[in-house]
Amino acid sequence: MKCRVCRQPAVIDLPRHNANFCAPHLVKLCRDQVVKAIADHAMLTPGERVLVAVSGGKDSLAVWDLLLSLGYEADGLYLGLGIGSYSDASADAARAFAERVRRPLREISLRDDHGYDVPTAAAVTRRVPCSSCGLSKRHLFDAAARDGGYDVVATGHNLDDEAAVLFGNTLRWDLDYLARQLPVLPARDGFPRKVKPLVRLAERETAAYCIVRGIDYQVEECPMAEGNRHLGYKAALNTVEERSPGTKAAFYLGFLDRMAPLLAAHAAEERTALGACLSCGAPTTGEVCAFCRLVERASSHDPVPVELLRRVKARR
Amino acid sequence: MKVVLRNPRREIDVAGPVRVHALLARLEMSREAHLVISNGTLVAGDALLHDEDEVEVRPVISGGAG
Repeated sequence: MKCRVCRQPAVIDLPRHNANFCAPHLVKLCRDQVVKAIADHAMLTPGERVLVAVSGGKDSLAVWDLLLSLGYEADGLYLGLGIGSYSDASADAARAFAERVRRPLREISLRDDHGYDVPTAAAVTRRVPCSSCGLSKRHLFDAAARDGGYDVVATGHNLDDEAAVLFGNTLRWDLDYLARQLPVLPARDGFPRKVKPLVRLAERETAAYCIVRGIDYQVEECPMAEGNRHLGYKAALNTVEERSPGTKAAFYLGFLDRMAPLLAAHAAEERTALGACLSCGAPTTGEVCAFCRLVERASSHDPVPVELLRRVKARR
Repeated sequence: MKVVLRNPRREIDVAGPVRVHALLARLEMSREAHLVISNGTLVAGDALLHDEDEVEVRPVISGGAG
């Protein structure tokens, strides 16, 4: 296989582009797609301070690297989730990358700073671990950006992530979630704008980007995510994609072009219905936000080891 | 050839020569969800893998959003 651009040997075939690319032109493709996403959705303007939510995985390190290579002033924030050796290895990958690009990496530990971790929160709430994990990330990245004077939080959500979430929301016709599934969430009440610069890149492309750029990322899957619904949606979409390349992009980008505008009024209505949390000031539909309620419940519970939670999950 | 698989990390023996797409088909792994690295270099679907190559089949799907 030859690179579509330069006819040198290709390192990757991308059926959705009906093309193959060598390493330098794969990097260029990724940069071009991020530039287009930023421009199409007015995600960032030059000079803004960006805080990148860094997990140590391929997507967050790729988005950090891409934003820096495009000239944005981007620092990282790593959230220690307390998921045993998986979290240790993830933190190592995040720190090594920060050192490589010589940018600050702020760190927050759920256990040390807030008195709980994801396995304990999952046990206390009796919900899937991804639920309290996502809630903690959204709240703490917002708060850290606000406190650190950042204009915007950038996350590594890619095309596959967004297509899988859209698939799930569509299967349930969940209008609230559909209305807010946008690549940019506006700033409000002192909380930063949130952007997803990788929405035009599939995760096979972000992983390939990291490999050809020599970025060491956490390859192992989160042990808490094994078998979750989101992975099932991704597998289903990939089955369709293999038979009909370009389906995931058509599904998600078509939603943004043609469906999201029809839901704009619903999204705006939802935003105005939010008040401020009595405890921390974060936007919430109730008196006290979900994060503050989670901290109150989980921090008073004895720590639950990740191995114990996995054994319980395996028995179900 | 030695082929490293992930999640969990393990090693298997596969007889070469074999092309990348054929290796993935033999392992019943989705081409959309995996990359193949041979001797430290990313390789495209038609690349021929030999017995002496060090090969890794790397999954690219992460599921932390659900």
